Amino acid sequence: MHRVLGDRRAIMILLGPALLVYTLIMLVPTVWSLGYSFTKGNSIDGFTGNGLANFTRLFSDQAVHDALWFTVKYAVLVTVGQVIAGYLLALLYVFFLKKASALIRTLVFFPVVLPTVAVGLLFQKFFQVAPQTGPVNSLLNTFGLESVDFFGSAGSAFWVLVSMDIWRSMGFYAVLLFAGLVDIPDEVLESARLDGASGPRLIRHIVLPLSLPVLMSSLIFSINGTLKVFDSVVALTNGGPGTGTTPLTLYMFQTSFTYSEYGYGSTIALLLTVVCLLVSLAVYRVSRRDITEG
Amino acid sequence: MPHRMIRARRTRLTLLSAGVTSLALLASACGGGGTSAAPKEFKYLSVTENTTTRTALTKLSKGSCKAENDTLPLKVETVPQASLDQKLQLLAGQDALPAQFAAGNAPALTKQLAESGKVANLDLELERLGVFDDLEPAAVSTIKALYDGKVQTLPYEYNIEGIFYNKKIFKEKGIEVPGTWDELIAASDKLNNERVQPFAASGQQGWPITRLISGYLYRSLGPGALDDVNTGLAQLTEPEYVKAAEEIAALGKKGYFGKGVGSIDYDTAMNQFLTGKSAMFYMGSWALANISDPKQNKVGADNVGFMPFPAVTGGAGSADQYPSNVGLAVTLGSKNFDKKTDAWVRCIAKNYGSTALKDHGSISGFKVNTPVKDANEVTTTVRKTISSSQQNVLWFEAFFSTKATTASQTNAAGLVTGSVSPKQFMETVQSALKSK
Repeated sequence: MHRVLGDRRAIMILLGPALLVYTLIMLVPTVWSLGYSFTKGNSIDGFTGNGLANFTRLFSDQAVHDALWFTVKYAVLVTVGQVIAGYLLALLYVFFLKKASALIRTLVFFPVVLPTVAVGLLFQKFFQVAPQTGPVNSLLNTFGLESVDFFGSAGSAFWVLVSMDIWRSMGFYAVLLFAGLVDIPDEVLESARLDGASGPRLIRHIVLPLSLPVLMSSLIFSINGTLKVFDSVVALTNGGPGTGTTPLTLYMFQTSFTYSEYGYGSTIALLLTVVCLLVSLAVYRVSRRDITEG
Repeated sequence: MPHRMIRARRTRLTLLSAGVTSLALLASACGGGGTSAAPKEFKYLSVTENTTTRTALTKLSKGSCKAENDTLPLKVETVPQASLDQKLQLLAGQDALPAQFAAGNAPALTKQLAESGKVANLDLELERLGVFDDLEPAAVSTIKALYDGKVQTLPYEYNIEGIFYNKKIFKEKGIEVPGTWDELIAASDKLNNERVQPFAASGQQGWPITRLISGYLYRSLGPGALDDVNTGLAQLTEPEYVKAAEEIAALGKKGYFGKGVGSIDYDTAMNQFLTGKSAMFYMGSWALANISDPKQNKVGADNVGFMPFPAVTGGAGSADQYPSNVGLAVTLGSKNFDKKTDAWVRCIAKNYGSTALKDHGSISGFKVNTPVKDANEVTTTVRKTISSSQQNVLWFEAFFSTKATTASQTNAAGLVTGSVSPKQFMETVQSALKSK
């Protein structure tokens, strides 16, 4: 094995095709898109140089500020929600349901395999007020409360979106974290129990520190996914009402493909890339420090 | 040594052939699309939501235009309306636009395509084929108003817009057809007090609401109201423009569009009116196809009346200036306009008007060369109105860019539900108009 991996040609043959494909479908478009950031025009009229105009516009564009704020707000809330709900579920599987958790695990995981569009439609019907009153509004009416047009204002539509995405993906994080929790040696837990640690203390001082690496991985996974949210927003609200639930990704898509401003769209994409990179770096640094301390 | 040299040469050869293959792959991937060969099909790219035009064309291909279809078979492709502009831009970029295609959602895109020579000059082509006179003059004038004085689309539809109302409800509640905006408000108040929803409107689509704003603007400020915004003489944020948004927002505030208007889609709004759940419905004459269909229309076509958008007292416009449009405009690509396509276009111009009216109850901008008996009274009213109308106006977003159109239509529901103030609404649209 060592001889094979020591041979440069062998490495090239093994890595070459994958690298070539990666370069062609990832790196080339990324660099290409970066190039577009300095242009204006579209596929009909052609592209011309635009200097740094797209970047100055990016800083003064209120729609970008709103979309960025929405993205950050959404990413933080959904990440925290997904990971906490997933962790609580994982604890439930390991410490309470134990071997009987298989059925619950499958049921909670089920929304993960559903297409996002189907989940979006489901939640639309669930929270709708017209043409038919949805189950949530029916419930409110039963308690004598007025129906709420959840998709009529940006605030309520945001909360429906957040709850939908937490519900949709908590099963995935529960399974991921469950795998981390079952890795904790029984002897460690047993000795902690003998020392008198139980319930919340056991979780706080033993389970949490030992499952920190997988918890951090979940956080990185989740924050990167939620910063790039697109499909669930399109399926549920399509960015509305107005632009009330428009994240950066959707604004970038609309700018490029609906308004044909490919140059400015690429600049927004660059902003999103930088945000993702910074957040990943920050989370990675924090996690590395914690692990070494733990 | 020679062995090593051979090996090195072989490696270089492998790398070279891999490079050449990659380049060939890239070239073939990038080069797809445009071909210069004569077309084998009469391709029509339509939007999924519009069924009338493609059904009528298919009917023609089996009837009056069978000979043309045998020589150049009709092939219909569809794309969702929301993705149309994107698809057209990509096809135009590859020089692969089909013979016929639905024009972009905003006329601005068709103008852009025309400027780059991708769209046929129909003024010349229709004249050359001797069928220009088969177009209704009113439709030609609407197309010219939209496309800088040029005929760039075929009028597969020709619509005027106004308010359809339920005659039975009006009679039962003792309401006269309103002639002024104040009378319309009074009628709506009365209907609402009698627990009848005054208007059906789709907030999800947005445009059925923004049409009310332009209706008010044309009546209060005159037929040039939106031309002035287009040319920069006026801004939507000026008080007299904001007033129009305020009037429509007030209707929403009183709940006259019903519950959850933002979630109501086009079909649901149509259904609300055709099942008698609402008394009035601002819509274009394309709705006649639904009104004439007894399966959809539960109140009966004889119970549906049509009135113009009412006049605003003291306003510069008048109620007989109907908003008009050519519906889903269809244009022809400049490429592949050969003899076989000529034959198809000639046949369409001669026969489409009669087929659309007879089989679909739809009024087009082509002359009805074979007389057709109107399906019902409201169709007759609308046809008479079209042929007698002296001056037409356009709609709110007619001169807007795609961005401003989107801003206007996606914020319309917020305007009537109160989440966006009239001033904010006009500011948002004006700012989208400014940003290029």
